[in-house]
Amino acid sequence: MRAYLVKRLLLMIPTLLGISAISFLIIQMAPGDPATVKLGGGEGIRDQALAEQIIAETRAIYGLDQPLHIQYVRWLKRIVLLDFGESLRDHRPIIDKLKERIPVSVLLSGVSLLLAYLISIPLGIYSSTHQYSIGDRVTTVGLFTLYSLPNFWVATMAIVYLGGGDFWNVFPVLGLHSLGAENWPFWTRMSDLIWHLILPVTCLTYVTLAALSRYMRASMLEVIRQDFIRTARAKGVSERAVVWRHALRNSLIPIVTLMADLLPALIGGSIVIETIFSIPGMGQLSFEAVLNRDYPLIMAVFTLSALLTLVGILLSDFLYTLVDPRIAYEKSVS
Amino acid sequence: MKNQSAEGSGKSYRAIVSSQFRKNGIAVFGLIVVLGLSFVALAADLIANDKPLLMKYNGRLYSPVLKEYAVWLHLSQWPPEFQNISFKELVTANFGKSDWVWFPPIRYSQNDISLRDAIQAPSARHFLGTDEIGRDIASRMVHGSRVSLSVGFVAVSIYVLIGMTIGALAGYYGGFVDIIASRLIEIMLTIPTFFLIITVVAFLPQSIFNIMVVIGITNWPTVARLTRGEFLKTKSLEYVTAAEALGASDFRTIFRHVLPNTLAPVMVAATFGIASAILVESTLSFLGFGVPPSTASWGSILSSARQILPSGWWLTAFPGLAIFLTVTSYNLVGEGLRDAADPRLKG
Repeated sequence: MRAYLVKRLLLMIPTLLGISAISFLIIQMAPGDPATVKLGGGEGIRDQALAEQIIAETRAIYGLDQPLHIQYVRWLKRIVLLDFGESLRDHRPIIDKLKERIPVSVLLSGVSLLLAYLISIPLGIYSSTHQYSIGDRVTTVGLFTLYSLPNFWVATMAIVYLGGGDFWNVFPVLGLHSLGAENWPFWTRMSDLIWHLILPVTCLTYVTLAALSRYMRASMLEVIRQDFIRTARAKGVSERAVVWRHALRNSLIPIVTLMADLLPALIGGSIVIETIFSIPGMGQLSFEAVLNRDYPLIMAVFTLSALLTLVGILLSDFLYTLVDPRIAYEKSVS
Repeated sequence: MKNQSAEGSGKSYRAIVSSQFRKNGIAVFGLIVVLGLSFVALAADLIANDKPLLMKYNGRLYSPVLKEYAVWLHLSQWPPEFQNISFKELVTANFGKSDWVWFPPIRYSQNDISLRDAIQAPSARHFLGTDEIGRDIASRMVHGSRVSLSVGFVAVSIYVLIGMTIGALAGYYGGFVDIIASRLIEIMLTIPTFFLIITVVAFLPQSIFNIMVVIGITNWPTVARLTRGEFLKTKSLEYVTAAEALGASDFRTIFRHVLPNTLAPVMVAATFGIASAILVESTLSFLGFGVPPSTASWGSILSSARQILPSGWWLTAFPGLAIFLTVTSYNLVGEGLRDAADPRLKG
């Protein structure tokens, strides 16, 4: 097992190198010099010579005057030490920004992920055990509809209809706290937080929920048709035990492995939802990084989410073997 | 797969798939909606325009809409009395008794700015209301269908082409080619696609073409992986060996013999891909990175809705419904195709 782990970790290195090279190149191809951007396009300064001097010095400080491959190697060295550098915008270390933003996204996405699993598993079981019943048809159509609903639209509609526009004013639509909430007692603060979370969490949850339930139903249907389920029924095991003990365990395998895809989103947050609801998480940070051409920050986001995806894939392979011991480690190396 | 089914029923694989698809009522419904939308997109100028379709003026018959096409193609020029005029003013000011005019159902073009009519709720004049600078939403919706449908189609065509080529080469040759291609696929699958698209689009000048290309070059790995898998399955079959034995070149074997038999799963993936490309474009336009402001797109209407949030429900409701309808239809067609192409997968 240790040999397997080492092998997998070593295989991650070329992939990571490739990703870092690609993201580095994309940033370099981008028009607009970060040093100029930093100066606000140089419009604020009348003296052209002074502006040029400032730009040149900025380039020297950030090493932007070095050749490309030297810049890349220098950047790579620092990344290995988890030093993402400073944000071009406000000179704060990027690692500090990440530390601030990641908990917010983990809270938001974590709650929605948990809800999605809690709802989709029973829903999938119900649909598959009552195949072609009215209930199954209604859930299938409902989930299909949810699956195709653009979530930025749902979020905007929620703000229009529930966020105090021309219609109802039920939910707050900005951030995670009311103004002055820091001084409130703990429970009031908690309920305020939950109140702020309802709309964004709903918008995030329904997408995952729709996808997960469809997987769950399909996988459960496949298991229920198998011989060992028939055997269990034939020897008189109650329907309840057949479904919940025998079938469920086996049908969970694909659902569990889907976690690999969800891990990057858990920490990376959602660009669209966090931007619409002005939630200061990783998604909003990434969006601002692009808007401000904050290159070190953009590169950090790229590296972090690629790393998370790789860890997610590794994790899902391990989970696979955990829920299904028939799968050997050696087989899953590709 | 093709040969086996043909032996079994005497029908070609294509005929079997199409007859299976036609039995699926809801998928056919999706296809009809898609075809209807394509018609709207093609005929957008005839449905929503500030120029009359047909008019009789001073005893002569004109078709300003068709004339505009001719002028655009440099085949013709506007007569001096029609240059830079508003046909609506012409009708009210200069029309005599024997003159008549036939306007399109929506009498506004997509960029008719009229600040006096800004932010109006739906009415008899503006069926779906107006935006913050008084442009008619119904007209922008009709013209916006062009962006959504063409982005979906072109972007997916680009990545199907790239993906099939890379997948075919990797699957057919194996060895070193396969190792390189597989690493490349893995790298592309690991990169956060949406963030990559936003970054690149934000750096490039705003244009529909850029969006199509960026979606195209970031999404090919799924198709490549599918094609590679199909090639691995197919390349050891007898007919491939036969083709090789008969002296067919590699190029001919790959593109003429093997590739057509791997098309079914790719077509299914492509149909779902169109749905998601439409979603990506509208999300980009919504965030302000999409098409330039003068081009109407469903996403950019939603984006102008964002400026006046939380008021202006009509700016949010209609374009969103249109996106939803289109995406759902493509997904329905995709599901229908998948079930028809491989009935074993039917859930």
